[in-house]
Amino acid sequence: MTILPIESQKTAQIRFTLNGEETDVSFAPYKTLLEVLREDLGHTGTKHGCELGECGACAVLLDGKPVLSCLVLALECGGKQVLTVEGLGEDGNLHPLQDAFADLGAAQCGYCTPAILVTAKALLDQNPHPTRDQIREAISGNLCRCTGYLQIFEAVEAAMLKIADQKSSGT
Amino acid sequence: MPDEKDSRMTAVDAPKADGDRLHVIGVPRRRVDARAKVTGQTRFADDIFLPRMAHCKLLRSPHPHARIRNIDTSRAAAHPGVYLVLTGKDVPIQYGILPVSQDEQALCVGRVRHVGDPVAAIIAREELTAFAALDLIDVNYEILTTISDPEEALATPEPRIHEYGEEGNIHKLVALEFGNVEEGFTEADEIFEDTFFFQGSTHLPIEQHAAVAIKDPDGKLTIWSSTQTPHYLHRALAMVLEMPPAHIRVIATPNGGGFGGKSDPFNHEIVVAKAALLLDRPVKICLTREEVFYCHRGRHPILMKFKTGVKKDGAITGMHLQTLIDGGAYGSYGVASTYYAGALQTTTYHIPRYRYQGCRTFTNKPPCGPKRGHGTPQPRFGQEVQLDKIAEKLKIDPADLRLRIVETSNAVTANFFRLGTVNLAECIRRIVQVSDWKEKFRKLPEGRGVGLACSAYLTGAGLPIYWNNMPHSGVQLKFDRSGGVSIFCGATEIGQGSDDVLAAIVAEVLGIDTFDVRLFTGDTDLGPVDLGSYSSRVTLMAGNAALQAAERGKAIIADAVAEKLEVPKGRLRFAHKRVFDSASPDKGVTFQEAVCLAEARFGTIGTVGSYTPPKSPALYKGGGVGPSPTYSYSAAVVEVEVNQVTGWVTVPRIWIAHDIGRALNPTLVRGQVEGGVYMGLGEALMEEQEFRRLPKKLSHALVHKFPSILEYKSPTSLDMPEVITELIEEPDPHGPFGAKEVGQGPLLPIMPAVANAVYDAVGVRIDEIPVTPEKIMKALAEKKAGRDPRFGPSHFPHVNWPEALRVPPPWEGGDGNAVNDVPRREKSRREKEKVLAP
Repeated sequence: MTILPIESQKTAQIRFTLNGEETDVSFAPYKTLLEVLREDLGHTGTKHGCELGECGACAVLLDGKPVLSCLVLALECGGKQVLTVEGLGEDGNLHPLQDAFADLGAAQCGYCTPAILVTAKALLDQNPHPTRDQIREAISGNLCRCTGYLQIFEAVEAAMLKIADQKSSGT
Repeated sequence: MPDEKDSRMTAVDAPKADGDRLHVIGVPRRRVDARAKVTGQTRFADDIFLPRMAHCKLLRSPHPHARIRNIDTSRAAAHPGVYLVLTGKDVPIQYGILPVSQDEQALCVGRVRHVGDPVAAIIAREELTAFAALDLIDVNYEILTTISDPEEALATPEPRIHEYGEEGNIHKLVALEFGNVEEGFTEADEIFEDTFFFQGSTHLPIEQHAAVAIKDPDGKLTIWSSTQTPHYLHRALAMVLEMPPAHIRVIATPNGGGFGGKSDPFNHEIVVAKAALLLDRPVKICLTREEVFYCHRGRHPILMKFKTGVKKDGAITGMHLQTLIDGGAYGSYGVASTYYAGALQTTTYHIPRYRYQGCRTFTNKPPCGPKRGHGTPQPRFGQEVQLDKIAEKLKIDPADLRLRIVETSNAVTANFFRLGTVNLAECIRRIVQVSDWKEKFRKLPEGRGVGLACSAYLTGAGLPIYWNNMPHSGVQLKFDRSGGVSIFCGATEIGQGSDDVLAAIVAEVLGIDTFDVRLFTGDTDLGPVDLGSYSSRVTLMAGNAALQAAERGKAIIADAVAEKLEVPKGRLRFAHKRVFDSASPDKGVTFQEAVCLAEARFGTIGTVGSYTPPKSPALYKGGGVGPSPTYSYSAAVVEVEVNQVTGWVTVPRIWIAHDIGRALNPTLVRGQVEGGVYMGLGEALMEEQEFRRLPKKLSHALVHKFPSILEYKSPTSLDMPEVITELIEEPDPHGPFGAKEVGQGPLLPIMPAVANAVYDAVGVRIDEIPVTPEKIMKALAEKKAGRDPRFGPSHFPHVNWPEALRVPPPWEGGDGNAVNDVPRREKSRREKEKVLAP
């Protein structure tokens, strides 16, 4: 029997929390978190544009902080919390960021959108009332080639207000 | 709707200006595909995973120019996990986007022409296996002389990069003259001669090109690909694979950005299709970012010389433009690009006499092609910067000068382009007002400045890429008993919102919601042909086809409802998901009931619509590039701050007015304007597709300087200025609901406006794009030394131009034809037939 090359052997295994759900996954040990999410777990919402940490399209939240999943080995993620765009909404409803991005033209081709959404969520989680400059800074590692960023800033600001509104009204 | 002359609109009850406002068109709305995009569910090509799917990798040439002596694939083929190895002999048929330049091969046979040219393909069980096996292919190359730029191409006719073209390494020469330009210069009070250079740049869509091909159970071929032009890919596949086109289905997946970079049929698409047919299993490829830089088809680097004669009051008496164009290694859209580089000068300002000479050369670099603005941003930059110089010399405010010479609605230009609505003057007046131009120009403190520039762009190319007299766009509608309407159209969603345009037009006509519409687009089997998402054509062309199909459906439904309600058909209104008597709005049925009535009365309800652009009066050879049903106009003011110690340019604010006709969805229109401004700013300040030679002790090969996103600088969120967008809306009779294009036009004025603003700020002319700190510092040093305060090219090389085709302009009695017969270069014509024996 021919020996399979290492890339065909799913010898690595981790348990981690993906979008709030305990998840076991087996994969070839060299794989990045990005590859495991997309190829082994069918979570294709997270995108890639360079696989070198340059474009920001693969950002996910690792224990609440944005990371470039193309630069993180999946083997490093055992026991950790990973949030992707698939986990943003709750109870079948869009997250306020998703609603605002959809309504205000912040997603054109939509390819950089998932990463910008989770990056913006991390910002708002940490700082519920960011200034325009803080929003600019937060997403400066996410390249968008379509929008010119302005409608993205506006969408983050609109979501910020909506979230604050929801919190103050206790819903 | 004022001035709506389109007969299609009068089929039932053409919306009137009063009492029948529009419910969808013109309302800022969530686009129909927004939910998919914000949930990560939009299925891009690389998101497709199929059972038994194999992966493909291409072996690419490390040499810019070499002969392939031999390829040995035996070691790779024996590697565990490898299913198939392909080389050029497996897919030898030449193809190319334009019929006149079928000069590409999916895998090179005999010769490689740029670093990154593919020579072999490996298809394996895992992507990494395919990648590893690339190292096991042995290619024996014989290095050939490298041609690195157009001047070298002119000076080095041998070795020829291609065995076709004009002569030596000249791919295409164009010479056109509209009126006696020398006479125009004699009449002039002042003559201006300026040379400019515009560096190449690349599209940089964040999505890398990807494709998946399968052999269908019945033996046919299906391919999903991130392509902007599924119809042209369909044709190329049929030719190269020697399959009946009816046995091939191309599905354009939503593109993660295109900007022109996914408009050619690509080698990787052909390779995975061939492999899927041979292996009878799905085969996928996704290019690496470095490979995307090698696919390129981006902005042509162009050296330009403008000679312009003007009267003291600013009136232009004649213009002569010469371009030297760096085409890269293949034809791509290059012949069209060469014409485009000289086409649109006449569409903004009245130019009574005009001569254009263009020369595209082959070089050993990735092929250039259509990037947003296709061939026109480069000469627009030169023209608008020269106009700034003219205004200064004539002591006229640059905005006032432009207002004196702007073209007018429905004019026919010297080169026989018939303009539609022209609201350039209104664009200029608006930005002058909102930017407070009169208080800023030449009045801001040293180091700060403002610059103004204008532009125009096509709303769809008037002619298809291959000759035919069929429609450019078709739409089919299916009306369902559920009250839903399905749209079938070949139009391709590349992020610009083409799906939303189709849904909005259909929903408006039928009085339903855009979310009641289901879209089946970008699929060559499901929908009628639309030529593709290029030349800013989709809103106008697919939009008009959708409008016609919707009006026809509405007429059928109205017949049935009129009969049922016993109301004259002309009194029926379609709105709020109801069909009702406008004289007695309570009397009516729901849209769903209306469809059921129609189906009961006439049988299954389906309609079609199609669109063919009007015939152009430009009948001369070459007049096929530039005509459009109508043109969009833009004017921009850019404010800059220039650091005189570092040369660094900061842009705090940009004002832009765009003559759109009508904004179908203002949210998306604003996004296109701001996105165009963003991309223009990147080109103006930083983006460069640059090459360098490796040291002599290495191979001395010409390699890409920055084939990565890290080093190819593009603006981030931190670089983006405030943008104040003004839309000028006068519905154009050619557009659906009066709409004109917005995808490309707003990019065009940004580069010259930046250069003009830098001059206003620190008094130096940067006649070259990008305007980098280094160039500003060099020009400031010249200024300090009391020399010409300028950075830019100093000469335009000698080109052996052919005799110009002479076309008298309309005001000299011309009929759109040439008056002389320029002999064809029979030699090159014959060579064109055999094309490229390696």
